[in-house]
Amino acid sequence: MTEKTIIRFENVTKKYDQDTVLNKVSFEIERGKFYTLLGPSGCGKTTILRLIAGFIEPTEGNIYFNGKVINNVPADKRQVNTVFQDYALFPHLNVFENVAFGLRIKKMKKADIAEKVKEALRFVNLAGYEEREISEMSGGQRQRVAIARAIVNEPEILLLDEPLSALDLKLRTEMQYELRELQRRLGITFIFVTHDQEEALAMSDEIFVLNEGEIQQSGTPIDIYDEPINRFVADFIGESNIVPGRMIRDFLAEFAGQQFECVDRGFSPNETVEIIIRPEDLEMTEPEQGNLVIKIDSQLFRGVHYEISGYDQAGNEWLVHSTKRAAVGDSVGLRFDPEAIHVMRFGETEEEFDRRLEGYGQNGTAAAEGERQ
Amino acid sequence: MTRTRNLYLIPYAAWMLLFVATPIVLIVYNSFFDVEGHFTLGNFQKFLTPVYLRMTFNSFWYALLITAFSLLVAYPTAYWLTRTKHKQLWLLLVIVPSWINLLLKAYAFIGLFGTYGFVNSVFEMVGIGTQQILFTDFSFVFVSVYIFIPFMILPIYNAIEELNPSLVYASRDLGASPWMTFRRVVFPLTLGGVKAGCQAVFIPALSLFMITRLIAGNRVVTLGTAIEQHFLVTQDWGMGSAIAVLLIIVMAVIMLMTGNRGARNTIR
Repeated sequence: MTEKTIIRFENVTKKYDQDTVLNKVSFEIERGKFYTLLGPSGCGKTTILRLIAGFIEPTEGNIYFNGKVINNVPADKRQVNTVFQDYALFPHLNVFENVAFGLRIKKMKKADIAEKVKEALRFVNLAGYEEREISEMSGGQRQRVAIARAIVNEPEILLLDEPLSALDLKLRTEMQYELRELQRRLGITFIFVTHDQEEALAMSDEIFVLNEGEIQQSGTPIDIYDEPINRFVADFIGESNIVPGRMIRDFLAEFAGQQFECVDRGFSPNETVEIIIRPEDLEMTEPEQGNLVIKIDSQLFRGVHYEISGYDQAGNEWLVHSTKRAAVGDSVGLRFDPEAIHVMRFGETEEEFDRRLEGYGQNGTAAAEGERQ
Repeated sequence: MTRTRNLYLIPYAAWMLLFVATPIVLIVYNSFFDVEGHFTLGNFQKFLTPVYLRMTFNSFWYALLITAFSLLVAYPTAYWLTRTKHKQLWLLLVIVPSWINLLLKAYAFIGLFGTYGFVNSVFEMVGIGTQQILFTDFSFVFVSVYIFIPFMILPIYNAIEELNPSLVYASRDLGASPWMTFRRVVFPLTLGGVKAGCQAVFIPALSLFMITRLIAGNRVVTLGTAIEQHFLVTQDWGMGSAIAVLLIIVMAVIMLMTGNRGARNTIR
């Protein structure tokens, strides 16, 4: 039981009739961490969750739980509990009975049930709400009841299926902190499903970005934000400027008709690539001081910053986040550091991508010897 | 505004007055007179004699049997209906028989169950031999269940349709087996539909009279049969009315007891 891996997917495929929802997905989930499955609707993230919960069975491949194949183990025999998107609280039972449901099934003693339910409700700040009916609870409170109902069974893994999507923005942000805090206190594995990238970045130890039934990239929030593997990830996580470009040689990229120093290497000479620069890494200056000059096309006030959009001479659109105001129609310079330039290779797998990035950490000679394709 | 709305109410109110309220008043009035037209409480006293009490018991017993068997068949059927692909088509097939006239259906069963009917020829073929099916308790309950079953299926079907499927997942997720899930989640939450269905079957089943004659061959005498006999055969309208009054009271009590107010709350 001291093994770190708790869930392992091995080439798991799920098809509904001829529709492939998950395509040969493999990954490992470690004990005691907060994971997020992030992706647009229909990407297969909820399917993964349902496979782990045991509501559906994989068409091909194996799912391991603590080293044992659990493909056909029914949901009620798994050490996993779920917080549902619509909370799925039982409307005919009050708060206490909802939380006690799992314990009653296990035929626990009455006194123990009462104690455990009280403790679980205290854990989610709902002490004293035992006798309330579900219909008397607000959205945020129902959410907490759903969490209490799941954690009272002491699962090894807690699955959360977009549990915050029905809450308003302020409550959602609050619950993000609470969930993260709850995971630390309980020390169990959380697998959180969301399509909200901010939520994923704020809470997770590790994020899996999914699209069209495949894992696009996995890593810490910072890794994924700073080094997206492809256009999809770059676009889905945060805002990005993505422009076509070319790697002249190591540390020298060409885009928007100009050459720029960068920190990427390991590409073939003159390889066609995509260049990403995050809007917050662009700084507006006088035209003559900038690396690039753009003509401002539009400006939106976003509260913490202005979102400014403009076009360079080559016709690429650039998005800038700045606390400074600009005037539409003006020409401004854009300044950025070599580190802000991120180069993406077309059709690179996650393994190749990781190997290339690891090369950056070592010294120059080691990287030069590295494989080039 | 309210004046025009009241205007629209006139046809309905007139209908209710003429065909619902007046007959009830007339029945109540009649129940206090004997065959000679003298005021009496004797009709109600007569009801308390063993003959009528036995009839009452019969009525309740058969209505209960019919309701129980209907429920037994209807619940699984309704459950299955909610999970099929062509729900609307199947549902239509369930409903269509209820559009056909009751008498026609009863006669069809006489043909099927008769000594030279279809069922007996099948029995003959497989070697069981001809059986007396018509004019038995079995055929009475069977045909009644057949007639009432759409009224039981529909409310249960609606209740199951309204049940949030993630509640079933939640129950399984919390460790409940499929049977436990049914007992603790699905059934309590569809109880409203079950109550409505039982009401729709039990109350009319109490006053069945045509089927008792055609299918049960007057072997089963219920309150419904008794009312019919008193009005058409013995011409003792007072006694017939007294039974009808008591039946109306019983039905009202049952409706209050299985009242929809509690049921609505359990369906979300």
